[in-house]
Amino acid sequence: MNIIVCVKQVPDPEIPPAKFKIDTETKKVIPPPGVPPVISVYDERAVEAACRLKDKHKGKITVISIGSEKAIEVVRHAISMGADEGFVLQDEPFENLDSFGTAYVLGKAIQKIGNYDLILCGRQAADWGAGQVGSILAEILGLPLVTFAFDIQLEDKRFKVKRILKDGYEVVEVPMPALMTVSSEIGLPRLPAGMGLMLARRKQIPIWKAKDIGADPTQLDKTKAHTEITEIFIPKRETHCELITGATPADAAANLALKLIKLI
Amino acid sequence: MEQYKGVLILGEIADGKLAPITSELLGIGKKLADELAEDLSVLLMGGKAGGLAKEAIAYGADKVYIAEDSLFDEYNSDAYTQLVANLCQKVLPSILLIGHTDIGCDLAPRLNGRLGGGLAMDVNELSIDHTTKLLVSTRPIFGGNAYARVISKTARPQMATVRSKVFPPAERDESKQGQVIPVEEKVDPSAIKVRVIERIREEVEGVKLEEAEVVVSGGHGIGSAKNFEMLWELARLLGGTVGATRRSCDEGWIPVTRQIGQSGKVVSPKLYFAVALSGAMSHIVGCLGSKYIVAINKDPEANIFNIAHFGIVADYKEVLPALTAKFKELLSAK
Repeated sequence: MNIIVCVKQVPDPEIPPAKFKIDTETKKVIPPPGVPPVISVYDERAVEAACRLKDKHKGKITVISIGSEKAIEVVRHAISMGADEGFVLQDEPFENLDSFGTAYVLGKAIQKIGNYDLILCGRQAADWGAGQVGSILAEILGLPLVTFAFDIQLEDKRFKVKRILKDGYEVVEVPMPALMTVSSEIGLPRLPAGMGLMLARRKQIPIWKAKDIGADPTQLDKTKAHTEITEIFIPKRETHCELITGATPADAAANLALKLIKLI
Repeated sequence: MEQYKGVLILGEIADGKLAPITSELLGIGKKLADELAEDLSVLLMGGKAGGLAKEAIAYGADKVYIAEDSLFDEYNSDAYTQLVANLCQKVLPSILLIGHTDIGCDLAPRLNGRLGGGLAMDVNELSIDHTTKLLVSTRPIFGGNAYARVISKTARPQMATVRSKVFPPAERDESKQGQVIPVEEKVDPSAIKVRVIERIREEVEGVKLEEAEVVVSGGHGIGSAKNFEMLWELARLLGGTVGATRRSCDEGWIPVTRQIGQSGKVVSPKLYFAVALSGAMSHIVGCLGSKYIVAINKDPEANIFNIAHFGIVADYKEVLPALTAKFKELLSAK
């Protein structure tokens, strides 16, 4: 089975909020110094989903990522988990794309790679989190779509997929090829190990430009973007933390209980 | 672009009635439509949709589109996308509002892909810009640590999925008049590729996280699955439940369904105990709506103290048992 996984590099969300700063002028996030960007959490689960299918049914996993040259790192991460090859889509017209632009570029790259049975994306990105790219991509490629998948089984050339709902889940069946967005309920992604790490270090990761994938620049014209962000802001949070003390931690705990009992 | 007019709401039906989100959408939709001096419409789908038309009109709809077909009683992504896309291409709404529900989260982005509109997801503020008359949607970015205002200059419809319980429900007016329009087009069965086999509602034991008044959450500092029992004791005593950070779930100490934060659940209890957790950005977005946050952490520099209302700087193992014991004493005296 041939699987293509779309991954994105994002600022590490596991940082203390004090390190999270935005530039309201440029409407961008200021990368926290000294904290390397990471693979977006849902995208890592999408790679995990692909690896589980490959474990069972054999096949090939190809990873693509739009980003700066640094995005090579997330592609390498995916290879270290079990993907076979990867490409980075890096070009000036690929910067600051909206969901349609992103889906268009991914679609062009996927058409160039060709020969796929399944395309996986994370359900949304951990940074801008528009939550649309996978669905728009399915429409562009004319593929059946299953969103928020957390269990993907292949039965008789059809996929049987569990997708998460707010208070339960749904089992759906969909023909091959298909596109799915993956949710975190799939469980922990595997840790990179031995062979994968070695392969990831050695693997050549080609960089594709707009002309390499036959992307039409007029499709990426920012003045024609479907959506535009006019402002970003961090809501004000002003709390004062009252520290409760006591002769021992147990005394402090008793004092805390006395305070809280009046509030509940 | 001028041919696009009016506000269209995607109605949802639950237990044979208009779902709460639908009356909320009608409420905010009416406000937007009035500002534009345009019509408010709603689409209702399902075998018994027609019976709810009057109700939708009383809630402010000028037009109600009815797709009365039991095919729509259960959500199917392919069928819904096709029907709603066809209707939008016919009636050309300027604004399309959908609930940020199970249905909306799946349908809206795909519909947007088909229609070529401009969509903002999980919106908690909506307004019309006075000069441009464009819809301005506010949505969370970076897991809710910041917000963005989004517009669509030329793409139509301007779409938003709207978070539940943010907007007040529409006011009812029994004397309101409106038009009921049947949707005649049928869905092409060959376009239905995804087949729903079953839908399983999971019953959560005890109090639901999202509805709990007290949540006791444990971070990586808890150290083991067994130690979570201490958190459960306090939670049970106070009629609440237990949550966790992503790292605790990743360790396998507690099921991932209890994860709070960016890739987990969002809770807003009266009392949120943050135990042995540092307060990473991805976690706190899941608990900021709590009325009181209580931090217990041995690291006085931990970020959680910046957002907490009360705090104890100490090893939680020395605090929690004493805290539970004192509560027990106080509650039995009540």
